[in-house]
Amino acid sequence: MIRQEKMTVVAQVQIATNIFELTLQGQLVQDMTPGQFVHVKVSDTFEPLLRRPISIANVDKEKNEFTMIYRAEGRGTQFLATNREGQIVDVLGPLGNGFPVDAAQPGQTALLVGGGIGVPPLQELSKQLNARGVKTIHVLGFQSEDVCFYEEQFSALGDTYYATVDGSKGTKGFVTTVFDDVKPQFDLFYSCGPMPMLRALEQYYPEKEGYLSFEERMGCGIGACFACVCDTTDKHEKDYVKVCSDGPVFPKGVVAL
Amino acid sequence: MSRINIELPGLDLKNPIMPASGCFGFGREYAQLYDLSKLGAIMIKATTLETRRGNPTPRVAETSAGMLNAIGLQNPGIEKVMGEELKFLEGYDVPIIANVAGTEVADYVEVAERISKAPNVKALELNISCPNVKCGGIQFGTDPQTAKELTQAVKAVSSVPVYVKLSPNVTSIVDIAKAVEEGGADGITMINTLVGMRLDERTGKPVIANGTGGLSGPAVKPVAIRMVYEVYKAVNIPIIGMGGVTCAQDVIDFMSAGASAVAVGTANFVDHFVCPTIIDELPAKLDALGVEHISEIIGRSHR
Repeated sequence: MIRQEKMTVVAQVQIATNIFELTLQGQLVQDMTPGQFVHVKVSDTFEPLLRRPISIANVDKEKNEFTMIYRAEGRGTQFLATNREGQIVDVLGPLGNGFPVDAAQPGQTALLVGGGIGVPPLQELSKQLNARGVKTIHVLGFQSEDVCFYEEQFSALGDTYYATVDGSKGTKGFVTTVFDDVKPQFDLFYSCGPMPMLRALEQYYPEKEGYLSFEERMGCGIGACFACVCDTTDKHEKDYVKVCSDGPVFPKGVVAL
Repeated sequence: MSRINIELPGLDLKNPIMPASGCFGFGREYAQLYDLSKLGAIMIKATTLETRRGNPTPRVAETSAGMLNAIGLQNPGIEKVMGEELKFLEGYDVPIIANVAGTEVADYVEVAERISKAPNVKALELNISCPNVKCGGIQFGTDPQTAKELTQAVKAVSSVPVYVKLSPNVTSIVDIAKAVEEGGADGITMINTLVGMRLDERTGKPVIANGTGGLSGPAVKPVAIRMVYEVYKAVNIPIIGMGGVTCAQDVIDFMSAGASAVAVGTANFVDHFVCPTIIDELPAKLDALGVEHISEIIGRSHR
């Protein structure tokens, strides 16, 4: 169920250059699944006006807390980064359809591929897959070492490989460079990151089952405004999908890349 | 006795608040959040004869206290709108105002004739003001004579009252308002968005794929209020006002300027419960003004 809630800031920590981890507490945590997102009102004024869609990184239903990780790049996220413990943040969520954890059977191996600020939702996904008895391999791509995060968390859950554009951490290059080097053996993949990465992944493993999480500029976040539509491939019954409400996670082959 | 009900041609409104066309889809998404029967009316997304795919993305861009959009009238076409979307809305006790768009007079006429027969469509909103499509839309709304002729043609076939949605992107909105009144319009809805553009800081090129987009949100409210104020003085048909409404005070402002009811657009994306919240706040606003019924404030700026 979608709720609009005034959530309380539990912690705000800078975890890498311009990358923040915000922990919020409130009831809407109870309905969250990995890969879903929240729509955050960053200011009480009209500046900035619109909500910001941010993916859910970690869910703790016992404590009623979740974390989101975001890059403080634009006006809205820079404003969000000023929130401190005890302050209130207006959150709409959880929104969209997350990763199908059930698609992986116990005993199988899942490849989790993340790029940049697409990495956070894979953490909760990896936790839930491991809890289900699914082995996870993580391949994470970043621009450079100073914007990498969650190394310990991912390493604790499974083999973790890095690619950075400048070679400052892990393999120099892209996640596909890691695929060539490591030749990971797996049954299905899950991914979140920039469009070129998702496209490369589909092309690399055409025979594998896979689930991709997309990003698009959003207005309402619930499917009413038609800002975030994507064309679909010929195989799909609909001409278009809305990233916010039909996605953001789609089985591979649905969205035209 | 209700203090906030409003009677308009074709429309028996429980309250003067309705979501604006294009900001509420066909209601399904917001129906997950609250009971749509609470609304005064719903202005559904623009409906055309055929399916429209809309413009390439990015389709939206944020601006100071507002946003630009160029969705491009994406909709599934009249057959699906009538067969699926309006059927769904029949489950709610709320009058529907069907926004009708087209690329030529014949399209408008056919859509208007068919959709006006749906049992829950109580009025049409003739969209002669969409700034985001190449053909049709705004070209009908910038020349008084063209606007008048289209209004006459649609009036001749519609089974329900016809409201005409005016564009602010004209030299004299009063001239257009008078023309559609002469054409037989039962009411006016105003304003549609203002044509604008935002540039990418890095490339210097427009952010929105369409280049231009329609500006909405709190930034446009003073323009909308001024235009409602002027049109109210010039015509004798009711006005449904809109443009940057976010709270009950904005509703009071629009009605003071001359609107009989008020539509809420962009604010639905910011506070998804804004319509029911405003409806609940109106009685206290009336108390503060010492007014018994909300209709008493319509046009009070002019008295």
